[in-house]
Amino acid sequence: MSEQDWRAIRAEAIESLLVERGLLDPADVDRVIETYNDRVGPMNGARMVARAWCDPDFKARLLADGTAAMAEFDFGGAQTEKLVVVENTPDTHNVVVCTLCSCYPWAVLGLPPRWYKDPAYRSRIVREPRRVLAEFGLVLDDDVRVRVWDSSAEVRYLVLPRRPADADGLDEAALAQRVTRDAMIGVAQP
Amino acid sequence: MDGIHDLGGRAGFGPVEREADEPAFHERWEARVFAMIGAAAAAGAYRNADQFRHAIERIRPDAYLCDGYYGRWLAGLETLLREAGIVQADELRARIAALGGDPTRPGGARPAEAPDRVAYPPAGEGNRRSVAAAPVFAEGDRVRTASFGVSGHTRLPAYARGRRGTVTTWHGAWVFPDSNAHGRGEQPQHLYTVVFDGVDLWGAAAEPGTAVSLDLFEPYLTAWTAEVDT
Repeated sequence: MSEQDWRAIRAEAIESLLVERGLLDPADVDRVIETYNDRVGPMNGARMVARAWCDPDFKARLLADGTAAMAEFDFGGAQTEKLVVVENTPDTHNVVVCTLCSCYPWAVLGLPPRWYKDPAYRSRIVREPRRVLAEFGLVLDDDVRVRVWDSSAEVRYLVLPRRPADADGLDEAALAQRVTRDAMIGVAQP
Repeated sequence: MDGIHDLGGRAGFGPVEREADEPAFHERWEARVFAMIGAAAAAGAYRNADQFRHAIERIRPDAYLCDGYYGRWLAGLETLLREAGIVQADELRARIAALGGDPTRPGGARPAEAPDRVAYPPAGEGNRRSVAAAPVFAEGDRVRTASFGVSGHTRLPAYARGRRGTVTTWHGAWVFPDSNAHGRGEQPQHLYTVVFDGVDLWGAAAEPGTAVSLDLFEPYLTAWTAEVDT
């Protein structure tokens, strides 16, 4: 029996008991999959980032109050009661983690990737961020300060990456295609 | 609690392993667990995310590290359903056996040190609250974090205990996880972003030019002055 089997069986056992008690609609599983595959994911955050790159007024609003800026897009829901957007600059690079569990801004990035939830990232990024970022392929100059945001309460963080130098002439929709999940966590540069 | 979940600064985990084009869920059972966590909340198995997080913190340390994120959720789910009396341990074992699984395999988490059911409903939507007391600290204040851990749920990571930092933002008052996870009321507290220089966290081993910020509740903090430190 593989490692995965026992978890699948256990989940099925609990599910069958909850369905029998009328506490779970089996269709909820498909709704969850549909939500996080198609509607809530990093494409949401990417649209905000792209607009901030194109519209200085929106960028100011985004940095002043991320939650209100999110509402302009009708993004909302679980796990993003207060959104703080932190801007990468030539002097400062930001990167986000949750060392105690796996807090993450679901409304704008969807569900976190496995590595974000695994012990290696959670243990190391606060202690040796430059080394971890270099392993991700992001080598920062020594004079760029690194600030790690450990999401230890209900505030959620999104990194506003620097606009790519080679993106002149791209419109907002094309720019959004350049914004990756990893850039908004702060482990990559678009 | 000083549990395995408190991973910041621990050594020995090796490189971060990434996967290209990850799906939201790798297996259907993961989405099942996700959906059931919502259903369990609706059924009253738990009242708030603090209680859920603490259930996960009570998982056996070896299982915490080996079972993966949704494996941890599964154990938390099972724990909360059993503790709420919605699912009985013996009927779950029987159901696992009927599905061809191993009913003797331990699941779920250890009991809380001070078992207590969260009977009260949330005082409002979300976790933000208003309190009469003014915030003690302001932007720019130097603070020191509590030196010792607590036995229950808390949001001050071990690596940042007894450290000095600087308040950068006041976020208003929020539900206090340390009490809310244990059914002792929401007891809202002022919340601050506090930034710590890498050297103040890791000493000479710190990478140069690095800082870590944390969102910390007022009870974790005291004013720091140079006189106190020497």
